[in-house]
Amino acid sequence: MLYREAGQFSVRYADDRRFFRLRQGRLGLAALLTFAFLGVPLLGNDYWFSAILIPFLVLSLAGLGLNLLTGYAGQLSLGSAAFMAVGAFATYNFELRLPGLPLLASIVLGGLSAALVAVLFGLPSLRIKGFYLIVSTLAAQFFVQWALTRFGWFSNYNSSGVITAPPLQVAGLDFSSPAGRYLLTLGVVSALFWLGANLARSELGRNWMAVRDMDTAAAVIGIPLLKTKLLAFAISGFFLGVAGALWAFTYLGTVEPHGFDLSRSFQILFIIIIGGLGSILGNFLGAAFIVLFPLLLSNLATLLPAGFIDAGQLENLQKMVFGVLIILFLIKEPEGLARLWQRFRERARLWPLRY
Amino acid sequence: MSAAALLELQDISLSFKGVRAISDISFAVAEGEICALIGPNGAGKSSLLNVINGVYQPQQGLIRFAGRECRAMRPHDAALGGIARTFQNIALFKGMSVLDNVLTGRNLKRRAGWLEQALRLGRAPGEDDRQREAAEQVLAFLRIQPWRDAIVGRLPYGLQKRVELARALAAEPRLLLLDEPMAGMNAEEKAQMSRFILDINREFGTTVVLIEHDIGVVMSLSDHVVVLDYGRKVGDGPPDEVRRNPEVIAAYLGTRH
Repeated sequence: MLYREAGQFSVRYADDRRFFRLRQGRLGLAALLTFAFLGVPLLGNDYWFSAILIPFLVLSLAGLGLNLLTGYAGQLSLGSAAFMAVGAFATYNFELRLPGLPLLASIVLGGLSAALVAVLFGLPSLRIKGFYLIVSTLAAQFFVQWALTRFGWFSNYNSSGVITAPPLQVAGLDFSSPAGRYLLTLGVVSALFWLGANLARSELGRNWMAVRDMDTAAAVIGIPLLKTKLLAFAISGFFLGVAGALWAFTYLGTVEPHGFDLSRSFQILFIIIIGGLGSILGNFLGAAFIVLFPLLLSNLATLLPAGFIDAGQLENLQKMVFGVLIILFLIKEPEGLARLWQRFRERARLWPLRY
Repeated sequence: MSAAALLELQDISLSFKGVRAISDISFAVAEGEICALIGPNGAGKSSLLNVINGVYQPQQGLIRFAGRECRAMRPHDAALGGIARTFQNIALFKGMSVLDNVLTGRNLKRRAGWLEQALRLGRAPGEDDRQREAAEQVLAFLRIQPWRDAIVGRLPYGLQKRVELARALAAEPRLLLLDEPMAGMNAEEKAQMSRFILDINREFGTTVVLIEHDIGVVMSLSDHVVVLDYGRKVGDGPPDEVRRNPEVIAAYLGTRH
């Protein structure tokens, strides 16, 4: 009954274009943002910031990056971690080699570098589709990791290829405490989600979906296929690059090329499959699932009587349970958590009636 | 043909790896008329539509559209020139809503760049309103407003056909190509679709080229009929004349040997 829409009419087209057509939705978002920006920094502790909230936010952003490319534009990719790595290492080098460049500017430049690399590896997408495109993006994955390890210049000749976070200062304020890093991450992620959600609903977003659903019809309507696909790669690369920079500098602090390996790409792919392809909210849900669920499992394991499970086997067991749950979940709801939420909302609209 | 031909095909030949699909076909479509392409299955009707809007490039021949002559069309140029079409097997964007499909049909009418739209600056919001208004007019014209927010893939077949017509119409085309707009429909739906096609032709002056198998519909709808058989043109003229053409009768009913 809280979700009443009676009396809320769209009287202008602009009303219909809002993210949330209902007042309840807008108030909910405002409350959530207020809580995230003001409440959480006061209430949370360092463990929550560093181990849960920051990786959750960064992975949501990475999910959004891949979702724009795969969920909206329909181009399969396994190179997400490579584009994250480019973003991280480029940001590091912009900070290192251009002293005095503001941190946010370096992050944006890092994102743009990742966009450039993504376009390069997206070029074959005009000719090859579907599973075969995975091979091209897989090449990005291996090539980038190889290049970052092979050429010491990228990590400023660090012997193990590790890069370290620059001082996290924005506009003279220090963000290096856990709460500060959380706020910095939250700010960047919120801004980019606003941008991404706008993009998905704009003409470009519709063109992406058109190319995804039926590319010959899209071409006949006058949608330039190459430009549309390459823009998807570029924008996806930008989002992933920024996510990579945040991953390296606000979450981990130090990172090596190996931190962006193929399993990271798979992790991001899982996020969007579990969360929901072609959904903005799904990225948050999928990332929450990926970050929180293993924690939940290990907490559950501690409840079991001591010695019930060998400590060495615990991690393997966790992975097995996690894998089985993903399979079960995908059988029950192939369209992801976002669809589940959508169905719940449709139900809630009518509750307590059924039709 | 009259002087005011909007579309003229001259000696078009198209083959796929040596298999002749269309040989030496020429005909003209006058501005504002409804032209029907008929013929048995495999006669090359759909291939001819694909040549007209650039999906296929013919090996030989000339296409003249709206005074511009070229060897072969490109889909993008055809769309820019004002050619819109529907497909034989519905080619809608299945994961998108009806409204989004129709809006996508108008994508060439937009001037604001993608960044402008993403940041909601400059021309973008005003343009959004105008695009929506135009899309709403199309939805109203084809009476599909109630399904505005429905996902296209979940609509029944007859409605999907209408949404596809709406998407093509949204582009405000000069030439509308309809590939079997009434295939698989019952009599009532066919009558409704015929009505829509006539209305589009009369109200907007849109030139229509359509492929249809139902001869009754073809004869009552079209001003001009072109008959194809085995990739050749066997008849061309007003419906009554084509109906009496012995070659056409032979193509449809066979000949006595």
